[in-house]
Amino acid sequence: MTAIDPITAMTPAPAKPVAAGRRRRFSSTFLAGAAILILSALLALFPQMFAPYNPTAFDYKAILKGPSLAHPFGSDNFGRDILSRTIWAYRIDLQIALFGTLFPVIFGTLVGAVVGYIGGWLEAVFGRIVDAIVTFPFLVLVIAIVAVLGPGLFNLYIAVSIVGWVFYAKLIVAEFKVQKRLDYAAAARVMGYSTGRIVLRHLLPNAMTGALVYWMTDMALCILLGSSLGYLGLGAQPPTAEWGVLIADGKNYMKTAWWISVFPGVAIVLTGLGFSLLGDGLADMMRAKQ
Amino acid sequence: MLNLGFVVRRLLQIIPTFAFILVVTFVIVRLLPGDPLSAMAGDRVTDAQVLQAKAELGLDKPFIVQFIDFTERVATGDLGRSFVVQIPVVNLISQRLPPTLLLTGMATVLAILLAIPLAFISALRRDRAADMAIRGVFQVGLSMPVFYIGLLLLTVFSAQLQWFPVGGYGDNWGDRFYHLFLPALTLAMSLAAVLMRNLRSAIVDVLNAEYVDFARAKGLMPRIILGRHVLRNALISTVALLGPMVGTLLGGAVITESVFAIPGVGRLMIDSIYGRDYPVIQGLTMALAVVVSLIFLATDLLQAALDPRVAK
Amino acid sequence: MNQEPIRTGYAGDAGLSVRGLTTRFVRGRDSVTAVDHVDLDLYPGEVLGLVGESGSGKSLTLRSLLRLVRSPGVVEGSVVWKGRNLLALPEAHLREVRGRDIALIFQEPMTALNPVMTVERQIEESLSAHSGLSSRERRARAIELLDMVGIPAAADRLSDYPHQFSGGMRQRVMIAIALASNPKLLLADEPTTALDVTIQDQILKLILNLRERLGMSVVLVTHDLGVVAQTCDRVAVMYAGRIIESGPVAPVFARPAHPYTRGLLGSVPHGGRERQPLVSIEGTPPSLGAMPPGCAFHPRCNFRIEACTQQRPELVEIGQGRANACLRYKDLAGLEAA
Repeated sequence: MTAIDPITAMTPAPAKPVAAGRRRRFSSTFLAGAAILILSALLALFPQMFAPYNPTAFDYKAILKGPSLAHPFGSDNFGRDILSRTIWAYRIDLQIALFGTLFPVIFGTLVGAVVGYIGGWLEAVFGRIVDAIVTFPFLVLVIAIVAVLGPGLFNLYIAVSIVGWVFYAKLIVAEFKVQKRLDYAAAARVMGYSTGRIVLRHLLPNAMTGALVYWMTDMALCILLGSSLGYLGLGAQPPTAEWGVLIADGKNYMKTAWWISVFPGVAIVLTGLGFSLLGDGLADMMRAKQ
Repeated sequence: MLNLGFVVRRLLQIIPTFAFILVVTFVIVRLLPGDPLSAMAGDRVTDAQVLQAKAELGLDKPFIVQFIDFTERVATGDLGRSFVVQIPVVNLISQRLPPTLLLTGMATVLAILLAIPLAFISALRRDRAADMAIRGVFQVGLSMPVFYIGLLLLTVFSAQLQWFPVGGYGDNWGDRFYHLFLPALTLAMSLAAVLMRNLRSAIVDVLNAEYVDFARAKGLMPRIILGRHVLRNALISTVALLGPMVGTLLGGAVITESVFAIPGVGRLMIDSIYGRDYPVIQGLTMALAVVVSLIFLATDLLQAALDPRVAK
Repeated sequence: MNQEPIRTGYAGDAGLSVRGLTTRFVRGRDSVTAVDHVDLDLYPGEVLGLVGESGSGKSLTLRSLLRLVRSPGVVEGSVVWKGRNLLALPEAHLREVRGRDIALIFQEPMTALNPVMTVERQIEESLSAHSGLSSRERRARAIELLDMVGIPAAADRLSDYPHQFSGGMRQRVMIAIALASNPKLLLADEPTTALDVTIQDQILKLILNLRERLGMSVVLVTHDLGVVAQTCDRVAVMYAGRIIESGPVAPVFARPAHPYTRGLLGSVPHGGRERQPLVSIEGTPPSLGAMPPGCAFHPRCNFRIEACTQQRPELVEIGQGRANACLRYKDLAGLEAA
């Protein structure tokens, strides 16, 4: 009886309300991400249980062999098994994700909390400096620092930490700006709580949600960064198996033995997806709670 | 369309920015550990020669004097000579800048061409198959490192299919576009993913806005509403993103130039950092910072031209 | 539902005749009825007030008239305007009616006007779509319209953007845009709710004035009985998506024949009388997904009887141009308004 016009048909429906009684505590994206990450953690912690071969074992009888039952991911120019090397690299790359973000999260949050709470001129100055840093290419800065300090994983962590905390600080400052004005903060002040207590026990937990979600994305970005530097020879150094290094190993064999580079790349994508899904799922769940 | 006062004010803001860039570059390069002279000299110089070089480069004078000299020289376009290649830095940079600019320019255009139609489809068919598929593909693309995408494209389209040359820069203008297409596509992927996500979200917001309802109540045709009301407003939110993307673009350019062997500023940066070629590092940092500020200026002005609420 | 027709469909010059207008939101197998078999009539040149609490469905009714409801909303029934049922028209024809014959103005001009288009452009857009005027003629018409709604220095203001106008002026601009093609019917969705009381007055006077000059009819949606008393010729009262009372304003306000209307009127302070306690209606309107059986109002009604919980009262004519949906209207009609 009624025709539905094109725009109505195309306009998105409002968000589906969750049917009463079917409320799920964890969004499906979160669960998918968590599944991937748990698998990744297992591979990182117990590579010897999953890897069929020793990652550094040369086997001259199996040079540059394609994917097969014996070598599901093929073998490289030394006869090393790519699957095993990829699995053993999990601990390195997950380490990169963790250590590359730990200091930035903690330091950035603390600085952000202080600046955000004090506000005023401190916030203005801080904001300007931060904007200048943030717009400069992150990768270039990291490369510069690594080049000065020398290549290697530890220096990579230093380089990333020096630059990375700024993003968290910026997030927290913005959140604090909002939270400070909310009623519960005023109530806490009226009750006479000390500044430290207000900041740590009241404002910070609320402000951290955004930072937590960003942390997930940051870990994925860290792996991308770490593997990029590994590829360029500035990150993990051979013989350490790291996905970027593994890909670089195979870059001259792409036409003849593509599996050397392709499979480690798949691991990067999968792990990155895991973190992104986890972060998106977290964001969904937090939004649902509000 | 553009408030003249706003334009002038914005242009004037450039001056302190440039000054800031000057100071920071000067300070940072001088603070880097590692003796520049040993890089230049190697082991075959005597102490006397080192002292002489120091005097030449003015490294024994007080900081302030060095800074003034530095500023004077920059103003006249003298950025020093590369330690490694013995060419004036200015020449080196002007040789290597165009490929990078062309690469990033092409990447931006490609990314926009990819992102806009896909964002529209995704927003209009929200939560249905097309939307999920598009977002899924882009999510995967975002999780791939740039060098991986580049390597894959290079292998498939250059090495295997031979549709494109295997890296390099090309000789004349037409050739250049041909050589840079794959690298630009590589860079464009991640940029397009971010653009698409934001544009889609902006379009969804706009579609739900009351002024779209009002436009329908006026009896306007859907395509006019989509084109004139929806697209324009959605674009405005997205243009604001373009500025900060420049940083990511440059980072990606560095890697892409490595993978595809393009003689651009990205590779120059890496090589000069490795080789401790301070004049080049210094000159490059300044040049890049200037380019980035100019791009910010351009996007700000673009935003003001599109959105009358900005220029107040 | 079998309805006694209140009047035969009025297909006259500016007449609107609505029968059984129903708007449901469908999700899978559930559906929620937000506008429930609404019957309305509007005579040429008349101002009809559509009154109710928020959530009563009055704004949605307005949009349903022009089939402007977003999916998953589905509109059914008949809306006869100039002899044609709007709800049965193909989209292209309905677009011609919208903006040209029937105009709709919204409550909040700041969100209803496109913030990045000049006022001139937004007026001109309507003219381009519905008239064959040249661009010079369109510009002249735009100035004429801004003038007509009382915007000073109209020619200078053409190239301004919505945020450059004050709240009251923006509402006038929206009215100007709506009237660009001389519509015969103006649907006004709470046009003064977002404005200061003094500005409210000006806008209402403007609307009445324009009604005179242009020979329009107006449907004015509001939750403010004062506005209805001030501007409307007839009134229809909505509750939970249904019309429960309608008729000329004065008799309805003097002797309301529905407990809800009584309650509404009783809760408005009256000046110039003996002081009486304000009567408020206990309880809250039902959620549309969980409507009580029988009369929607019975849980809050002081006059309810057994029958009220069982059968839903139909909107019936009770003489003197009034209609009512209460089983006990005869008892109520005798009482004075509180």
